[in-house]
Amino acid sequence: MKKLLNRRTFLKGSLAGSAAAVSVGRSQKAMAKDFEGYPESMGVLVDLSRCVGCRSCEAACNEEQNLPAPEKPFNDFSVFDEMHHGQKRRTDETRYTVVNRYDVPEIDHPLFRKIQCNHCQEPACLTSCFVNAYTKTPEGAVIYDASVCVGCRTCMVACPFYIPAFRYSSAFNPRIMKCIFCYDTRLKNGQPPACVEACPQEALTFGHRKELIRIGHQRIRENKDQYVDHIYGEHEAGGTAWMYLSPVDFEKVGFDTSVPKEPILNFVKDFLAIVPMVLTIWPALFAGIHLLATRKDGIKKQQQTEGETEK
Amino acid sequence: MKKMAQTSQEIPIVDHNRNDGTLWLIKEKILLGLSPEEYKTMLKRNPVNWFLFVLLGVGIPLIIIRYLFGLDTVTHSSNDYPWGLFLGFGLFGMVPLSASGFLLGTTVEIFGRKDFVPIERLALLNGLLGYFFAVVYLEVDLGMPWRLPYPMFVSLGPAAVLFLVAWHVATYLSVQIAEILPAYFEWIGWLKGKRFIKSITIGLTIAGIILSTLHQGALGALFTYAPTKVHPLWLSTNFIWIHFFCSAIFAGLSMVIVVSTLCKRFMTWRCDERFLNNIDDLTVKLGKGCSYAIITYLVIKVVGIAHDNEWAYLLTGWGNYFMLEIAVGVILPFFLFTIGVKNYLPNLVRLAAFISVLGIIWNRLNTALIGFNWQLYQEVPRWQEVWVTCTIFAIYFMVYRFILYRLPILYEWKGDK
Repeated sequence: MKKLLNRRTFLKGSLAGSAAAVSVGRSQKAMAKDFEGYPESMGVLVDLSRCVGCRSCEAACNEEQNLPAPEKPFNDFSVFDEMHHGQKRRTDETRYTVVNRYDVPEIDHPLFRKIQCNHCQEPACLTSCFVNAYTKTPEGAVIYDASVCVGCRTCMVACPFYIPAFRYSSAFNPRIMKCIFCYDTRLKNGQPPACVEACPQEALTFGHRKELIRIGHQRIRENKDQYVDHIYGEHEAGGTAWMYLSPVDFEKVGFDTSVPKEPILNFVKDFLAIVPMVLTIWPALFAGIHLLATRKDGIKKQQQTEGETEK
Repeated sequence: MKKMAQTSQEIPIVDHNRNDGTLWLIKEKILLGLSPEEYKTMLKRNPVNWFLFVLLGVGIPLIIIRYLFGLDTVTHSSNDYPWGLFLGFGLFGMVPLSASGFLLGTTVEIFGRKDFVPIERLALLNGLLGYFFAVVYLEVDLGMPWRLPYPMFVSLGPAAVLFLVAWHVATYLSVQIAEILPAYFEWIGWLKGKRFIKSITIGLTIAGIILSTLHQGALGALFTYAPTKVHPLWLSTNFIWIHFFCSAIFAGLSMVIVVSTLCKRFMTWRCDERFLNNIDDLTVKLGKGCSYAIITYLVIKVVGIAHDNEWAYLLTGWGNYFMLEIAVGVILPFFLFTIGVKNYLPNLVRLAAFISVLGIIWNRLNTALIGFNWQLYQEVPRWQEVWVTCTIFAIYFMVYRFILYRLPILYEWKGDK
């Protein structure tokens, strides 16, 4: 009887244990799958209809991040005509943010678009990095640790917005150069980044990402003929902290509208899923094939030795 | 060397002992049994060496400049094209051509096809050197080459595809060194080591299959991080790892055929009867394997297009270029392989192998460089970048030749085994 009781309690215990394990396991998995970003994550809403192309944000960023002085001063607007390989200016090792001008025929004045790191919710740079040099902070910034970076530049390949740049000019101290949302100096303390503070037109609105999405939709709703009904960055690449409102179709102002509406990582998962399968199935499969393929040799050998002993 | 081998009884060295019974010293083995003067004359007489001398004379200083003053001294240092020729050719091109090691290892050790033994070591060496020099190319390209072990020991990002590539290439390199060591042990005469490796061959080979499947695929999967940048015809996010893995099969086999052809033609003195008598047969057999792999590749390439419904792209300029690559790099060698195998025409198989090697390099360059950023502009590498790439390939060639001249790869060691 004592034995039975023991067995029964044991069974009960183990059942409860495994049930708990299953439910815990599932809830954790579900959380990872449905992760929608940090709840208190901050962002910036850029309103293209308000930007006048004064480049104050560029100057502020340059000063805040101690970047080298530019070739042309920040009040020189001839930079808007610069073209490299048929492309407008982009971020590089001397600038984390750049404003470009777009002449759109349906509007009588040019439009300006500021680019910088969009600080994705699920950043492609972060997921592609094999030394974990990138971190998405709860405040929303995607920051970079130069002390572990190997310089493989996969993050630059992975970024759908062409943002990270590499300090190619340095042989001994190269690193990735990219906007970090002024994390160290400002965002960490709840302050907006330098570019937002410098904007004289209130084209950049700093706030909680969720709140910004609400504001963006409100602006679209209240000024139907002024905006395209889309917030670029609400869903692009799985959602970004920096988002844009535009009075014209986004591709006309240089946005890549082919960027998928899901994290870049989703495209990699197909391959990642086969890794454990290969690791577990291959050894057994090929050892089995080996045994089958060499079976006849073994039999032959056995027969030979038997023949020899008979003689 | 050819002449010297003809005139002398003792050269090339195939045994520990000279004809008179005394032992060869290691130094003499390294000098191929020639006196230093003879060795120098041999080097000077070969026109290939003059060419290499010029190539390295410019290339080595370029590499030194790159390490002293930064990558931007030899490349365009493009932020739009982070990966140039060093990786496009050196990593993505060399690795599939080096699949030969695991393929022939599997054929001989796992499938028990002992008829491939005469060419097994050549395939293993081809694999080892290909991987090693892929890492050399990587070291030229990396921003901080001195941090190569970081992903292994310092800061781990295990969810990244490149993490898998790094670990697998590193472990697979060690596996390949172990696999080729028996040739070295025979040469120096340390048989204990050889016996130990022999006892773990099956394990090594199976490890080789796993690692190869995954990292050949992973190299393709690296591009799934750039679904908007690589032209859709070259990037099927669901299938690209199978495309890369499957094409590595015929690429690796073709590379062995190409190398063995070169050895047979230009290094006849170093090959023994066993190698020379079997090579035509083996070429045709390898060609058969190639034709199976290549037709599979062609089918899954088409499946990739069908799966993503990309037929419309075929009518564009990019589509024509894509079809050209498939026609010249895949379908043409497929037919040549098939005809060569059916009618037992080893030389046709060799031609097919040569074309498919070029076809694979072309495919990798198309994926990594030409079809990359297809909506932006075309990056054309600087001459320095091309020169450095060629220089490293030349060093690869020299190391390859150095080893083939000496170790029992193309011949059987006559001494104790």
